This record gives sequence, C-alpha cells and structure tokens, in this order.
Amino acid sequence: MEYFLTDEQKMIKDLVGKITEEKIIPTRAELDEEEKFPWEIMKVLADSDLFGLYIPEEYGGFGMGCLENCLVMEELSRGCCGVSVTFAATALGTYPILLHGTEEQKKKYLPDIARGKRLAAFGLTEANAGSDAAGIQTTAVKDGDHYVLNGTKQWITNGGEAEVYTIIALTDKSKGSRGASAFIVEKDTPGFSFGKKEKKMGIRCSATRELVFEDCRIPKENLIGKEGIGFIVAMRTLDITRPGISAQAVGLAQGALEATLEYSRQRKQFGQTISSFQAIQHMLADMVTQIEAARALVYAAAKTIDSGAKNISKVSAMSKLFASDMAMKVTTDAVQIFGGYGYMREYPVEKMMRDAKIIQIYEGTNQIQRNVIALQLIKESMAR
Amino acid sequence: MEIIVCIKQVPGTTEVKIDPATNTLIREGVESIINPFDTYALEEGLRMKERWGGKVTTITMGPPQAEKALREAIAMGIDEGVLLSDRAFAGADTLATSYALFRAIEKIGSYDLIICGKQTMDGDTGQVGPELAERLGTPFVTYVKKVEEVNDGHIKVERMIEDGYEVVEMPLPGLITVVKEINEPRLPSLRGMMKAKSAEITIWTASDLGVDTSKVGLAGSPTQVVRIFAPERSRKSEILQGDVSSQVDQLVKKLREAKIV
Repeated sequence: MEYFLTDEQKMIKDLVGKITEEKIIPTRAELDEEEKFPWEIMKVLADSDLFGLYIPEEYGGFGMGCLENCLVMEELSRGCCGVSVTFAATALGTYPILLHGTEEQKKKYLPDIARGKRLAAFGLTEANAGSDAAGIQTTAVKDGDHYVLNGTKQWITNGGEAEVYTIIALTDKSKGSRGASAFIVEKDTPGFSFGKKEKKMGIRCSATRELVFEDCRIPKENLIGKEGIGFIVAMRTLDITRPGISAQAVGLAQGALEATLEYSRQRKQFGQTISSFQAIQHMLADMVTQIEAARALVYAAAKTIDSGAKNISKVSAMSKLFASDMAMKVTTDAVQIFGGYGYMREYPVEKMMRDAKIIQIYEGTNQIQRNVIALQLIKESMAR
Repeated sequence: MEIIVCIKQVPGTTEVKIDPATNTLIREGVESIINPFDTYALEEGLRMKERWGGKVTTITMGPPQAEKALREAIAMGIDEGVLLSDRAFAGADTLATSYALFRAIEKIGSYDLIICGKQTMDGDTGQVGPELAERLGTPFVTYVKKVEEVNDGHIKVERMIEDGYEVVEMPLPGLITVVKEINEPRLPSLRGMMKAKSAEITIWTASDLGVDTSKVGLAGSPTQVVRIFAPERSRKSEILQGDVSSQVDQLVKKLREAKIV
C-alpha cells in the first residue's frame, strides 16, 4: 500500500532495513539464546545517527517525530523485538526530558543521548503498581538542595545498561497520583543499585532489571517540570511513544510473514509446495491483510500525534491494542504454517511468537488500552 | 591527508549478461551497486581521515546514473564526489579507464594517497590501480590488508601474499589497492544520507579533462573482446584399483604418459 512517505522517511526506512538485514537478522538467534544485551547493534544504531531521530536539532538530533520513530521501530522489529525494545526504552526515558525538562537538563542530557553515547530508561512500574500505576510507593523527600529517593522499581527495560533514568516517585503521599513527580537519576549515583536481570519468555536480549533506591540523594535540579506533575509527564510520554510499540508489533508480524512466505514456497508435502494449498494461502492472505490494516492504523495514529493534536490517548491506545493482538495472531499462525519446524528454535518463528506476547502486556496492557479508548469515546460523545 | 578513492559502479549480481553484438555488459534492468572491493577502499579512506585528518574525495567514471554510487559514498562520510561522464568514455578497457582517471587526478592536483579496490566484480582484471600509479609515476602497493602507520611522508602497510603477508613501506604520494580483509565497511548514517541527497556532484566530461579522445573509451582501448563464454569443464576421473604399491605404479605410469613427470 502507498503511504505517501516523504523522501526522508523512505530513506530512514531503507537505512534501518539495511541494518536489520545485515546486522540484526544474522545475530538475533544467538542474542536470544544467550540473553546477550545487543551492545554491538546499539553501536551501529548510534553510528547511523538513529538515536537522534526525535531529538531537536539544537540538541544534536534531527527533530523528527512519531511517524519516523515508528518507521525505525517497524524495521528493527522485523529483525528482533529485543533489539527494538532496547531502542524504544531509550526514547521512553528521554521524552520526559524533551517534553518537560529545563533548558539546562536538555543541554546536559540530550546531546549524549542523540549521539547514542548514553542509553536511557524509564522507571514507573513497581511490584504493586502495574496497571494501577497510581499505586507506586517509591518516595522522593526534599532535603535542602537534594531529593532523597527510596523504593524499588520493577521490570525496567535497559535497567543496569542505561546511564540516564527517568523515575516517577511520590513527593507528597497524601495527594495520591497528584503527589507524584518525575526525576532524572544517573547511573552510579550512590544509593542507586540494580536487582537481578530477569529471565523472560521473549525479547530475551533486552535487559530487564529492578532499580533499587536506598537513601539515594539527587540534586534538586534533577526534578523534571515541577512537583506533582509526575503522572502527567508519564502519561504524555507514554501516549507519544506508544505508537512506536504498535509499530514494533507491525514489524514483528511483517518479519513473521516474510519468513513464512519463504518457507511455504520451499516446503514440499504431498509432492507440492505447501504454498499451493488453499488452507495455507488463506492463512497467508489473512496475515498480510491484518498486517496492512494495523500498519495503516499505526501510521495514522503517528501522523495524528505529529500534527499536534491534543487528545491523543485514544488513537495511541487503539494502535497498540489492534497491532499487538494482530501480531500475536500472525506469529501464532506463522508457527502453525511452519508446523513442527516452527516449534523448533532452529527457525525464527517460535521466537517471534514468544516476543509477540509481551506487546499485548507492556506499555499498558491491552485491557488498560480498552479502558482508555472507551473512556475517551464516552467523554467525546458526552461533549457533543 | 588528501585521499582519493577510485570506485566503480557494477551490476549488483554475479550473473552478468553480455550483449552478443558488442561483447560488453548489459546494464539495463540490473540494480547497480558500488563494486564491493571498492567499499573497503572507501572505508579505509574514511578511517585514515579519522586517524590523521584531511579530506577524502572519490572519483568514478561511468554513465550519468553512476552518480548514485558517489552519493552512497558521501552517505558513508566521503567529503566530495567527482563523476567522469561522457559518451567518449564509453566502452573503455583498463588502459583507457586509467588514462581518464589519471587526467582527472591531475586536474584535482594534489593528493597524498590514492586507494582502489583490488579489482572489480564485473571485469575482475585488477589492472586499473597499478596502471593509474604507472601513469602518475607514483609508487604503489597492491593487495593491502592493513595500513599500519603514516608518518614523515611514508606509509607502512601489510600486503597479502600467497602464504602470509609482507610489510612494505612506501613514500607518499602513492597508491594502494586493498583486499576485503582490511576492514568492515560501515553502513551509511542518517546525517550522511541527508548530506548525500543534496550534495553537489562535480561532473567532468572529456573536454573538461582536456583528454585526447583517441585515448579514452572504446577508441582508446586496445583490448578487443572477441567472444565471452564460460569454458566447458572437461574433467575426467579414474579410480585406481589394487594394493598401494600397484596403485603407485599405475599412477607413475599415467603421469609419464601424460608427460607430467
């Protein structure tokens, strides 16, 4: 389908496609098997300037938007979602600074992130605060020129590998979600340590760790925005970056389709290639149709966000809900078409199916996405 | 350091079709790429610039669409691209090619080092680099697998030979041709691609170079390709029977009959 991408957007897609073919696809099985953090690929992405994509030019980036980020995520995910989530988590950790940071904070952190010299991460989730994000218990108490952080963040992507962390913590427990604030915490700050690296079902090359704060003192200049807007910062960040995760699902499904097409045209049963059987053809037709529908929705959501629209929660949520459910179905069907071979780790589709599951869960479960969509839908109808 | 890298755009396939009428390559309908060996030359030029500073210029000779190869080189980080393009250059063999490149380099003026790939993927001769050095009257080292150092107007390189490598020191200016063992070419960067998109490519025609048109293109090419064909493989094999000493006797007899020993 024709999405009328600009020359620059096509260029980005080509560049990342090349990186995926040459650097990611040949190494993804090993990275997955050994749960090895993809530093070498991060270096390639850095050298290709991709970390600066959405960072304004005055801080060393390209000042591009959500759609360009989606194109990068889609192409990377065609190769490996563990790699793409590592890239995406840096965006998640960076957007709070971009959206609400002071000039000093931007100057201090964005150029290094744009050059890929430092990865970033975002810490919101806790053991008792997942879908109920307002249930966080990590606190930040002001003490003179510092804030003192205490608490534990859970399942933080890039934890331990990133150097810049955006942390949501309570500055006023009595105010509930209005008492949360966002902070920048640098790796190696005394009192800031990491828990064990989690063993995961999929996206296994990405690093997921606990962030532990024990009387961790950070300068008061590291507060993002002002006290009490922590959840606004978090929600705005997630609304903008979520289509990147939707694009991850599209790319993953595209990768599964490509592998399945190639396999079904070679695999022979009953004396002919399995792609000549209508049962397989119909599955392939459903796969490609669903992928294209999801891609159209994701690009439309990204363009809506890039247009500066105000209420983006619904489109952002719709794109993630639809694309991730689609990717789960497409990758499951891919394994089915591969049959017994698909269940073996020698072929790429079982990994894709494992990777697909997380996209229905993270960046807000698909159940929470439905809540968001329904809530805004009803609000809109009431306003009419 | 002023570095010049010579590259060639070649068909991006190993199944090259030959025009039976002219015995030249059919380029239509085949995606063109930078000759893979030349990408190592580009990468080495960039690495040397990163180590010792300076500027890297790349030259190619070809039809107008060869400009794409220069833009790809600029996307990798090359500073400037020069395209030698003229109908008069068409059909050139290595001698005519090296002459055009020689005149272009003379026109550029100064340089410290010229880098070429060891050979092209389509022509496979490996002659252009050495011929160019000969015309320029500069020293050259072929099959370079490592640039060790550059100082005091000299370059020290490791040159691949059949059973190892030799270390060669050469005064500059000079020319080297490189093998794929020398490096791993980088992918383009986004900044490079954007620069490449709008970069101005210098185009020089035969008259810009002031060349004698009887020395370029088909007219300047003593090589006449009469026919191109894949030779038939005629390999016969025979398994010798019997115990070891009788097998040895049979083998010696056969080698004598074949006048090999």
